[in-house]
Parts: sequence; C-alpha cells; structure tokens
Amino acid sequence: MAREIPYIAAVQEAIRVEMERDPTVVFYGQDVAPSDEDPLVQAFGRERVRVSPISETAEIGMAVGLALAGYRPVVELLMTEFMLVAMNQVVNEAPRLRYMSGGQVKVPAVFKAGYGFTAGWAGQHTGSIYGMFMGFPGLKIALPATPADAKGLMAAAIRDDNPVCYLINYLMVLEHGDVPEGEYVVPFGEAAVRRDGSDVTIVATGWTVGRALAAAETLAQEGIQAEVIDPRTLNPLDTATILASVEKTGRLVIADQGTRHGGASAVIAAEVAEHGFGSLKAPITQVTALDVTVPYSEPMEAYVLPNEEKIALGVRQVLGEAPVAA
Amino acid sequence: MTPDSALDAEEAHELLRTMWRIRLFEERVGQLKRNLQVHGLIHLSIGGEGVAAAVCGQLRDDDAVYSGHRAHGHAIAKGAPINGVMAELMGRDSGLCHGVGGSMHLVDTDHGFMGATGVVGGNLPLALGTALTQHLKGTDQVTVAFFGDGAVQAGHFSESINLAALWELPLIFVCENNGMAEFTSREEHSTIERVSDVVAPYGFERTTVNGSDVPAVYDAFSRFLTEARKGKGPYLLECVTYRRRGHYEGDPEKYRDPVAEQEWAERDPLARMTERAIKQGWIDEATVNAIEREAAAEIEAAVAGARESPFPDPEIARSLVYA
Repeated sequence: MAREIPYIAAVQEAIRVEMERDPTVVFYGQDVAPSDEDPLVQAFGRERVRVSPISETAEIGMAVGLALAGYRPVVELLMTEFMLVAMNQVVNEAPRLRYMSGGQVKVPAVFKAGYGFTAGWAGQHTGSIYGMFMGFPGLKIALPATPADAKGLMAAAIRDDNPVCYLINYLMVLEHGDVPEGEYVVPFGEAAVRRDGSDVTIVATGWTVGRALAAAETLAQEGIQAEVIDPRTLNPLDTATILASVEKTGRLVIADQGTRHGGASAVIAAEVAEHGFGSLKAPITQVTALDVTVPYSEPMEAYVLPNEEKIALGVRQVLGEAPVAA
Repeated sequence: MTPDSALDAEEAHELLRTMWRIRLFEERVGQLKRNLQVHGLIHLSIGGEGVAAAVCGQLRDDDAVYSGHRAHGHAIAKGAPINGVMAELMGRDSGLCHGVGGSMHLVDTDHGFMGATGVVGGNLPLALGTALTQHLKGTDQVTVAFFGDGAVQAGHFSESINLAALWELPLIFVCENNGMAEFTSREEHSTIERVSDVVAPYGFERTTVNGSDVPAVYDAFSRFLTEARKGKGPYLLECVTYRRRGHYEGDPEKYRDPVAEQEWAERDPLARMTERAIKQGWIDEATVNAIEREAAAEIEAAVAGARESPFPDPEIARSLVYA
C-alpha cells in the first residue's frame, strides 16, 4: 500500500523500518534527536540513536569502525559540504579498507547529507559536490529524486555492504509523493525512465529530475517528445539504460545541479561520447551549474543554476531549433 | 625499572619470544628492502618491540587493534602469522592482503588486527566505532589504538579523544612517543612534552611509562585492560620509546645525530628485558638463545615461502573494489 508523504518523511521512515528489522543499524549525528520525544529515540533508545559533537572526522571514522565490526551505521552529516572536513575518512579510509585488506573486511556505512540548498545558503552550504565522489572507487552515491526513491534508496544504502553517500536535496524535502509502506528497497544501479520519449534523451539527476519533467511537458506542447532518465545512483551508474535511450533518440541533454568540470555530467557525457558516439545525431549538451561557487543574492543564484527553461533551451539546441550560445 | 612487576616466568618468556620475532623480522625486512626484494615504503619498529609485545600479548583474538604506518610489530604481536606479513611485504599472493595492502595497510581479521592505516592518526576514529560496538554488545572485548606522538597534533586525535571520553568507550589509546614525528622532534611540533598531559582535562586515567622498560609497560597496560574489560574507558598509555631507525628505510636521517651506541644499549627494550629476565630468574641464557634461533628460522622460512608464492593475479585489483 502506498500513500502520499513528504520526501523527508520517507527518508526517516526508511531508517525506522531498517532499524526495526536489523538491530545492528545505529543512527547518529549532530543535532539528531535533541529531545527524548523524538520518534526514533522513543522506538530505539539512546544507545542506538545518538547525538554526536561537531566532529565530522570522528563521526565518519567511527562509522567505518562500527561497520568493520559488523554494525550498519547511518551518520547524519546535515550538509554534504561538511563531509569535506573529513575527506580522509570519506575517501581514504571508508572505500579503501576493504580493498587494501585484500577483501577481509567490508564497510557497510551510510553517510547521509543534504546538498543543493539553493535558497540563499550561499557559498559553503549550497553546492552539489557529489561528482567528486565518483572518483573514489569503493564509494557508492545515491541521489533520490522522489519520495519513493528517498525511502527505497535509503533502505538499499543501509543494506549495502559498501560505504554509501546518501544525498538528499534540501529543496525537495517537503515535496509529496506516493511511498510504499513497510519494507521497500530500490536497488542501486538501476536508472528510472521517468518519461518516455523518442526525440531526445534528458538524463537528469536529483533535483533536476523534476525540472526536466516540467521542461518535457513544455516541449511536448511544441511537438518534442523528450525521454527523461533518472540514474538514481551515480555509482554504480546505469550507463546501459542511458545508452539504450540515446540509441533510440540520437540526442542527449544532461541536466545536473553540480558544476560542469569534475562533475557527474562530465562523466555521463564522456561515457556516451565514448560508447554511444555512433548513435548521436548532434553534440551532447550539458545543462549544469556554472563553474562557480554558488553566490548569495537571489538573481545571481538563479543565474548560475540550471532550471526548467535552461533544460528546455538545451533540448531545442540539440534539435537544432535554437541557436547554440558561443 | 619496576622492582615488583606482576610478570611471571611464563609471561616473560612469551614477551621475549614476541620481541625477538619482531626484532629479527624488522632487521630482515630492512635487508630485503636494500636488496629491492621488498617493494615500496617501509617503516621499521626496531626499538618499539616491547610496547607491541606487552600490549598485544595481553589481548585476545576477539579484541580489536588498530595501528598506523609503523605496524609490522603490532600485527605480529597481535598474532598475525609472520609468513603472511612477510609475503605481504614482498607483494605476494600468500600475503595477508594478497599484496593489495602492503606494509602500511596490514589487516588480519582472524587475530583482531583490524587494520593499519597510512595517514597519521587516521586510525583513531575507526577505533571509536569498534569500541562502540563492544559497548553496545556489552561484551568484555576492548579496542586498542596505537599511534605516535606525531598524531597528537592532528585534528582527528582531539576529536577521537573527546568522543571516547564523552561516550566512555572501552578503548585504550596507546601512544608510542619516540620523540620524532617523521623527521622533526617533538619540540618543533608542540609545547606539550607529555602526550598524557595533552588529554588531562578530559578526566580519564592516563599514564606515561618508559617504553624501553617492558615490565613497566606490561603492568600499566594490564591495569587499564582490567578496567576496560568491565566496559570502562577510555584510557591512555604513553610509552616513551626510541626509534632506532629512520622514519622510513632509506631515510638519510640528516635531522639527527648518529645514534650513540651507549644510548641505544640503555634504551634497547630487548637487551633490557633479556637482562632483567635473567636477573629475575624468569629465564636462562640458553633459553633466550633458543628463542632467538627459533625466531630466525621462522623468518627465514617465511622469506623462502614468500619467494615461492606467486605474485597475485592482477585481475584481483578490479574484483576487490566492492563487497
């Protein structure tokens, strides 16, 4: 049975359901459950639901140590950019210990954080920096774009035997959608085709999925049928579904809230350019944030970010129906 | 020297055996490195064998140990088979980690050697997590984190000490303070001479002992271990040791005076322990010689075994990324 709940409630529900089914799941982080009235504290107590100090390195490293000893920690890190404080643990310990041990250990840990809060939170709390994590083999990355995926991907992240950056978009936390009740798992590495279309493929990540679907409706009124693909996880990345769609449509627009250089969009574009070149009837267009730090002032913030109109323009460009900016 | 150590003859014998195994292993690795038969960056623990032996010798296989870049001695003392460690250093498939990890990333989960990490102090947060599982399960298991004085000035040290104290984790921090952080002396890193003083405000028990006085290390650690087994913690044991070799093998050591043999004789934990054990009547000279011979034979067999072991199939470089 599905019912409509907000994205953020779906995340919490997944944590609760997984904590119920597996006593080794623990949840902690800064400002988690400040009151004993918190539902997770009520259900699981202060041993499994803990408030930690502002110590990202210790919090993330501790999750790795819990995981090495057989637990499944979920760490609340609030902002993806706070993970930068603890990069040694995120990229140098968590994803490398299994490898360096010759496969003796596994590290099932979830690093939960928000990104893309482009609501005036400015230069250090707003970035969509997940692309950099794609360069660290061993680390998985989930970017839920719907309330149902928020639940299903969290469940999958907790059950996964590898470290996972589970990143929610703070602009979407109050968006409602149908979410299945009880245990619900969305497997990693399986892209969702959010809309069928024959003229152009739009690969959109996280927050831009909704913007791409809105753009597709506008384009449909112009007679353009866009197929919208949400990879759901960036690592593993379902290139097969993307390539199959490009083979059908011959055109690719990538929409991503991160920067263009060193970002998810660049990786997807490179995969298609290398493995799907023969299908392409036009150059790939990337609709990303500008290669800048996100500024504070509202019009400037809007200027640097992708949106529905920019995605629609990108589609018209690959179809030769709008001039390509120099 | 502690006059009234709790050590008995059997324990002293075992300590000497472990120390000889580490000493001869490290000397052999130094030779193999010079002959280019050991690959990569190597940090030897000669001078620190007593701490490894006295700490790990009191732990069980189901206790967890984390170490850093100078980890060979800790791994061996915790029970890692010498042939597995040697083969790992020689990059062979029969190495503990199939040659994927090497000297700085030894892991032997069978013996609770949960991992050596190469970034100074990067292992400390990991130890928190394993100690938290022991707390949550309510067992009498403990976690030990080895680190050097160089790690103390890094942020992960402060974060880990604070959290361990805040959550009262069954974790024993063991600092090997050899006075040298990589290539510079402690005075150039901090105004605080004693690492045990750094953690004073947190309120947990801490002590500093002479790391060359093996019975003293043994007794101090034994006291903390007894409490940690009851689920208490954390504790910090600072052992003032002497790093006989450079930071790494091949280090020209221009930053320090040539080691005075007299100073080394005074601080060599193996020589001191041998003298003490004989004087106490814990062991006789013939038995010590036998221990040395057996250790040497074990190490030669490990080298021969590693040479016979094939190099790993390069394909495992791809297959081990994900669990």
